[in-house]
Amino acid sequence: MDAFNYHKPSSLAEAVALHRDAEDPAYLSGGHTLLPTMTQRLATPSDLIDLEGLTELTGIAAEGRTLSIGAFTRHAEVAASAEVRSTVPALADLAEGIGDAQVRNRGTIGGSLANSDPSADYPAAALALNAVIRTDRRQIAADDYFRGLFETALEEDEIITRIDFAIPSCAAYEKFPNPASRYATVGVMVADFNGTVRVGVTGAGPCACRAPAFEAALSARVDPAALDDAELPAIDFNSDLHASAEYRAHLVRVMAQRATARLVEAS
Amino acid sequence: MSAETGIGAAVKRREDLRFITGRGTYTDDLNVPGQTYGVFLRSPYARAKINAIDAAQALQVEGALAVFTGQDTAAAGLGDLPCGWLVKSKDGSDMVSAPHPPLAVSQVNYVGEPFGLVVAESLAAAREAAELVAADFEELTPVVATAEAAQASPIHEGLEANLAYDWELGDEAATDAALAAAAHVTRLDLTNNRLIPNAIEPRAALATFDPASGEYELRTTSQNPHLERLVLSAFVQIAPEHKLRVVAPDVGGGFGSKIFVYAEETVVTWAAAKVGRPIKWTAERSESFLADAHARDHVTHAELGLDEAGRFTALKVRTTANLGAYLSLFGSSVPTFLYGTLLAGQYKTPNIHVQTHGVYTNTAPVDAYRGAGRPEATFVVERIVEAAARETGRDPAELRRLNMIEPGDFPYETPVALVYDTGNYQASLDRALQLADYGGFKQRRAASEAEGKRRGIGFSCYIEACGLAPSQLAIQLGAGVGLYESGEIRINPTGSVTVFTGSHSHGQGHETTFAQVVSDKLGVPFDDVEVVHGDTGRVEFGLGTYGSRSLAVGGSALISAADKIIAKGTRIAAHMMQAEPDNVAFEAGAFISGNQRLTLQEVAFASYVPADYPPDLEPGLSEKAFYDPENFTYPAGAHIAEVEVDEATGVVQLVNFVAVDDFGQIINPMIVDGQVHGGLAQGAGQALLEHGIYDADGQLTTGSYMDYCMPRADDVPDFTVDTTVTPCTHNPLGVKGCGEAGAIGSPAAIINAVTDALGTEDVAMPATPEQMWRKLRGL
Repeated sequence: MDAFNYHKPSSLAEAVALHRDAEDPAYLSGGHTLLPTMTQRLATPSDLIDLEGLTELTGIAAEGRTLSIGAFTRHAEVAASAEVRSTVPALADLAEGIGDAQVRNRGTIGGSLANSDPSADYPAAALALNAVIRTDRRQIAADDYFRGLFETALEEDEIITRIDFAIPSCAAYEKFPNPASRYATVGVMVADFNGTVRVGVTGAGPCACRAPAFEAALSARVDPAALDDAELPAIDFNSDLHASAEYRAHLVRVMAQRATARLVEAS
Repeated sequence: MSAETGIGAAVKRREDLRFITGRGTYTDDLNVPGQTYGVFLRSPYARAKINAIDAAQALQVEGALAVFTGQDTAAAGLGDLPCGWLVKSKDGSDMVSAPHPPLAVSQVNYVGEPFGLVVAESLAAAREAAELVAADFEELTPVVATAEAAQASPIHEGLEANLAYDWELGDEAATDAALAAAAHVTRLDLTNNRLIPNAIEPRAALATFDPASGEYELRTTSQNPHLERLVLSAFVQIAPEHKLRVVAPDVGGGFGSKIFVYAEETVVTWAAAKVGRPIKWTAERSESFLADAHARDHVTHAELGLDEAGRFTALKVRTTANLGAYLSLFGSSVPTFLYGTLLAGQYKTPNIHVQTHGVYTNTAPVDAYRGAGRPEATFVVERIVEAAARETGRDPAELRRLNMIEPGDFPYETPVALVYDTGNYQASLDRALQLADYGGFKQRRAASEAEGKRRGIGFSCYIEACGLAPSQLAIQLGAGVGLYESGEIRINPTGSVTVFTGSHSHGQGHETTFAQVVSDKLGVPFDDVEVVHGDTGRVEFGLGTYGSRSLAVGGSALISAADKIIAKGTRIAAHMMQAEPDNVAFEAGAFISGNQRLTLQEVAFASYVPADYPPDLEPGLSEKAFYDPENFTYPAGAHIAEVEVDEATGVVQLVNFVAVDDFGQIINPMIVDGQVHGGLAQGAGQALLEHGIYDADGQLTTGSYMDYCMPRADDVPDFTVDTTVTPCTHNPLGVKGCGEAGAIGSPAAIINAVTDALGTEDVAMPATPEQMWRKLRGL
């Protein structure tokens, strides 16, 4: 790891100003992607701006049909949160299944969404739960947020402050982990909003996406069999050592069916 | 000795307190005044000519001290890294060894091969300088695939082919004739997947040179520091042995990968004198993936002949073994002497012939890894026996039983050069069948099917040759050294005991087990016995720990030393008690004559304060012994695996595993269970998860834990392990060794279960979800 300047701003404005003035800055929000790339010298930022001290980025609150989670909330906090557990238990389950204990105790929901790793878990939830990504300067609907491989609608210096999830009547997340890394080879969240079903898919393509034909089939009938012949999302499926595009596409259907089966069980 | 700490007691490992409380001392924990840091320059190409290396810019980095290249080590007269085992081809010619300089001089031959060393005041400076070394390479076409290497153009200049040897064992004509006459012949093509060892502690070295004494000291992650010293002295010629001390402090796992003498510790030791400062190098995990010796990597065709009754009549095996770019220290012996000799398995197959082509490729050198040749042999034998049972409609357990060597047949000479001393293979199979509830399998299979899962059961009745090795036999077979072990027992003046062993513990628990043995034998308290190992400055000589040899050979050396202690103590005690030595007995830590009794402690004190002492006896009570085994030991057992394959995803879950092993006498059953558990997890890793993959350009695509899949706790079930006992007939402890059995027996059992579940023999290791999914769909 190369030498870098470390900053811990106490306000959003200060963080953005530091970012603007630094030569090659990076926000630090858990660092579970950034720090490994730095130790391998794949990333060599001149300045790290730690977002840990920003109170605007903390707290979990459920109000009406919205569950609002501060961007700096650690995965372990989401998993253990009574508010999350009582409103969207599937989201707590998802957080509980991220990485290992070390990752869950450091990694944050905002960091994960800002990074938009194609195999991260939270993006599937953001789409399925019709999330609104709140930043220091605007709100972005999840549907408009994910743009491509590690690419989002965020501007260079923009900071996610909160994520507002719509609370469904029922939801379930099923993941097929990469055997080696345990990242999601494919992860699917199915969320039922009183008969209108949203399906968020991660791991399958360059970034998380929805599965429109699955949503239509499940909105008609919440039944795993409804997905037997439903069209897969129209994306370029990823292919790697552990799962070819063909196998991955198959897994999207299987994971969606398994999530649906849990929905049926729960209802 | 007391039942709590003696032979057979499940004594808690005394070394664990320091390990689990962070008080272990590993090489990287050590720091010395004036220490500098080394970073190796590694080839980014699988095969390339080195045109030029320009270090000028690197040396401008603040804190950079030196850059050494292969030209420097060659100019200094540093010798090649040797292969310690000379294998001869079937035409009688010696194997073809490619020169293996510690730093590549004119050509690199695998990705990660070191071609230079950068030394700097700090690790950061060394890394920065290393990035600024400009190396001009000219890429050459690499040879990567095992099966195609022999026909491909030679990767090494001056060699006619990529064939290191064409080795054989057994009677080919008789085997062919028996196959031609067989009622049924089962044929199988098998691949034994390349593995990467992954000890938890990466390799490391800290080398110092004292200009005053001219003495080098190398502290490093070694399973056999004396062998390391021998090679660095006699072959690489860094310094004579009396000017070179090698210390292996706490070592965090080896699995074989730390037996070998590598480029890194060699060059760091040499460079410490050049720089005039101590140098530390610790591998990063990515370096471990690239440059630790890899494992397995065989392509095999096998044929098994059976008569009408199902008796095996002949086994013919054709194997191509990937040796990597260079012959590593033991690399040549693994797919030959440690493989071909084990192909009889537990069976009375009368005709066996094996041919091994050892080939060079542009990949990391391949060498011994937990089991070393024996897992590969077991995989061939137990896969083809299972396939034969299915083809001929026989129960796989019963076909094995029909062909097993019987208890009355020992000593049993196999057609592949070994004489098994003892065993009871039927007993371990019977026990395993019982523990696995074989009779209930059909019901369990039906229950799995109801949940969308295919269930399969698979067997593996393995044998291994351990306790390496009778020296004369080993040297006759091409070994460069004997394979005895040394031990020394020093009774201190007040009766405490210091034990010195040439074996080395890097997780095995010798500090506990060896203390149990000595405490039991000499009748002294367990806590009074200290075991010293891993330091050429303290232990006279040793050949180290590998091949499940420590207890059978190193432990036996300690018994010999203890016998000498008792013999001398008897003479001292006889003098003190005014008795005839013949009338003095040694029991439970005391010398007894009639109603007189002297403890070992009292006799030890008398030996150091020789007032009333035999005039013809030297003072002191310290004895050394070398133990050279008469034969290998032959641990064997029966493993039964059950798997479920998820029809929708192809995921294989290992749901039950029974291992019944015969390790002879057992010193510490808890440590044995732990060794078996670890070995089984490694075997499950090979069967289901692990795969070292190079792409066509020779780039390692599984160079991190993101892609190389290590077994985790939730990948394996709660193992059911048990033992049967037939004591080894030729060592004083009756022990056989237990370190490798789990990794040897389990891959075949698991793949036999997977093939049973899928109904096809065509399953490659590792049995990945996608592969299973494709098989289930006939893709």
